Amino acid sequence: MSIKIIVKRLLFLVLVIWAASTIVFFVPRLSSRNAIRERFGELARTGGFSPGDLEKLIASMQQQFGLDKPLLEQYLQYLNNVIHLDFGYSLYKYPSTVTELISQALPWTIGLLLVTTIIAFVMGTLLGAVAAWPRAPGWLRAFATPFILLTGVPPVIMAILLVFFIGFRLKWLPLGSAYSVGVVPNWSWTFFFDLMAHQILPAFSLILGSVGAWVLSMRGMGITIQGEDYVNFAEHKGLTGGRIFRDYYLRNALLPQVTGLALALGTVVTSAVIVEGLFGLPGIGSLLNLAIRSNDFPTIYGIVLFITIAVATLMTVLEFVYPLLDPRIRNT
Amino acid sequence: MSSTIASAQAGSRNATQAFDASGEPPVLRVKNLEVTYYTDSGRAKALDDVSFSLSAGEKMGMVGESGSGKSTMALAMMRMIKPPGRVEGGSVFIDDVDLMALDPKAMRQARLNKIAYIPQGAMNSLNPVMRIGSQMVDAIKSHAPSESRTAIQDRCMHALKSVDLDSSVFGMYAHELSGGMKQRVCIAIGVLLEPKVIIADEPTSALDVVTQRQVMETIDRVQDEINAAVILIGHDMGLMAQFVDKVGVMYAGRLVEVSTVRDMFTDPKHPYSQALISSLPNLDNKGVFQGIPGLAPSLLRLPSGCAFHPRCTKVMDTCPKVRPEVEYLPDGRMVICHLYDEETEH
Repeated sequence: MSIKIIVKRLLFLVLVIWAASTIVFFVPRLSSRNAIRERFGELARTGGFSPGDLEKLIASMQQQFGLDKPLLEQYLQYLNNVIHLDFGYSLYKYPSTVTELISQALPWTIGLLLVTTIIAFVMGTLLGAVAAWPRAPGWLRAFATPFILLTGVPPVIMAILLVFFIGFRLKWLPLGSAYSVGVVPNWSWTFFFDLMAHQILPAFSLILGSVGAWVLSMRGMGITIQGEDYVNFAEHKGLTGGRIFRDYYLRNALLPQVTGLALALGTVVTSAVIVEGLFGLPGIGSLLNLAIRSNDFPTIYGIVLFITIAVATLMTVLEFVYPLLDPRIRNT
Repeated sequence: MSSTIASAQAGSRNATQAFDASGEPPVLRVKNLEVTYYTDSGRAKALDDVSFSLSAGEKMGMVGESGSGKSTMALAMMRMIKPPGRVEGGSVFIDDVDLMALDPKAMRQARLNKIAYIPQGAMNSLNPVMRIGSQMVDAIKSHAPSESRTAIQDRCMHALKSVDLDSSVFGMYAHELSGGMKQRVCIAIGVLLEPKVIIADEPTSALDVVTQRQVMETIDRVQDEINAAVILIGHDMGLMAQFVDKVGVMYAGRLVEVSTVRDMFTDPKHPYSQALISSLPNLDNKGVFQGIPGLAPSLLRLPSGCAFHPRCTKVMDTCPKVRPEVEYLPDGRMVICHLYDEETEH
């Protein structure tokens, strides 16, 4: 791969991030809501400010957040902040900065979503590959079937069913939240096991819900590849079944799956909103949900941009990795 | 193992008498090979009692319409018939080993080593994500795991050279090669282990005429080098005429005639062979092509007696009633046709 292509790809990455940040900047401004006013209105109802003081307070906060300046100036200031990865203070959780909020939430999302996505990918890909391989034993091929059936169940329903039966009825596992009430997070085995017990149900609902899709796409690809001339010729060459499976069948059937994995990693946060909400986990999904509801746009910017940068970077990395997997797209 | 030896001896006792000009024992003997496909709409006998033999260095062309069983025969000889197809019976002897009696592991070892197959769709027969070299090396390694790295390398380079390819092809990918080069790579892989028998299944289809000729010459040359018996499957009678020693004609799963290439073109015996030969364009009567009336029959509903009788111009009373058997004419040619019943009766 030439330097020119690498530079081109990196420039494209910057372009994507710029476009995304611009869209993200303007969309919340289309709303007539004012997050500061709403927040103080809330406080006023409970605290008892005098209306005059309240207006002054709001005006001073507007000024502090730069919301009184012309839109263009705000936009340029915002772009400057984006470059420095500084999204300022959260409007809703005021003294905290957006960066702080994201870095607190991120480990939860990565720990659960990233790990389950990769587990589901590996499981689904292998099961799908075996299901489409005519020489695999029947009982092994049948393993894929229940997962294919489960693709019809929406992950939310799956999560609710799991919580109801295993958490509520059988009481084997906790119903939700990140760890037990009263437990202080620390580096001990007790805390670790408590943490893991709380992650099992969300992890299972995510894995059970998504393995089937990987099985289906891999099986579809596998059926095409197993009939390819080069797989037949490999058998004519007298290669062992294992080698044909690995080098001739799996290597080729895997290519679209890798693209699928990159796309799936990009949508990880989308499923996080639902699953984290359902299980009460303090991850990026919950944070985004809260930010949208309170029109806390610095936090929305921060999260959406963070996701955009993550996905775009992932895609760029994939573009550099893909030619290693498929020689046909080198030098293009 | 003992059963293999026993059947090998049994096989050599009743070796086919088909002609081998050289007089030495044939390297390949196919006896009564039968393949049936079990489909939902019934049983289709794709290969019916096919027997022939070939000596080392001999080239045989197999011709016939699509669906006449040419490729099925090749796959059956490699023991690569997939369900719903099944080899129902027969034997394929290479020297004194019956491939049909080998256990799966020994059969896997025999592929490429004793009997090599050069595929029909060479365009897609190479793995797009592996270098050509790796695809040659893995073939050798699966048969000779103890061979040293340099010996394997030498073998590959030699094979590439023998098919007129540059040694740089070793490090290339399939998409970097032209169609003719890919076909040659397949030939190079086929001869890597110097097999006794090579089956080339329409090796020149999808190539232009100039490349076709080059590929055929390549097959010719590598065959001479390793003195293998070659079975060439194809439709192109003209190309066959230039390269093979004898021609087998297949119709509806049966091998209906085997003759030397000269006899086949000057005096074909079976009416179907006659029709095939007269359908070839000819400089003497330009523009007049003789087609063969009718269509190839469905293998699920074969005509009674001789399967060719509905299309035959020389049909007789016995043809729809009695299934013709293999007959050897006095000059050693094999034909399956009632026309020659009397000639061979005595």
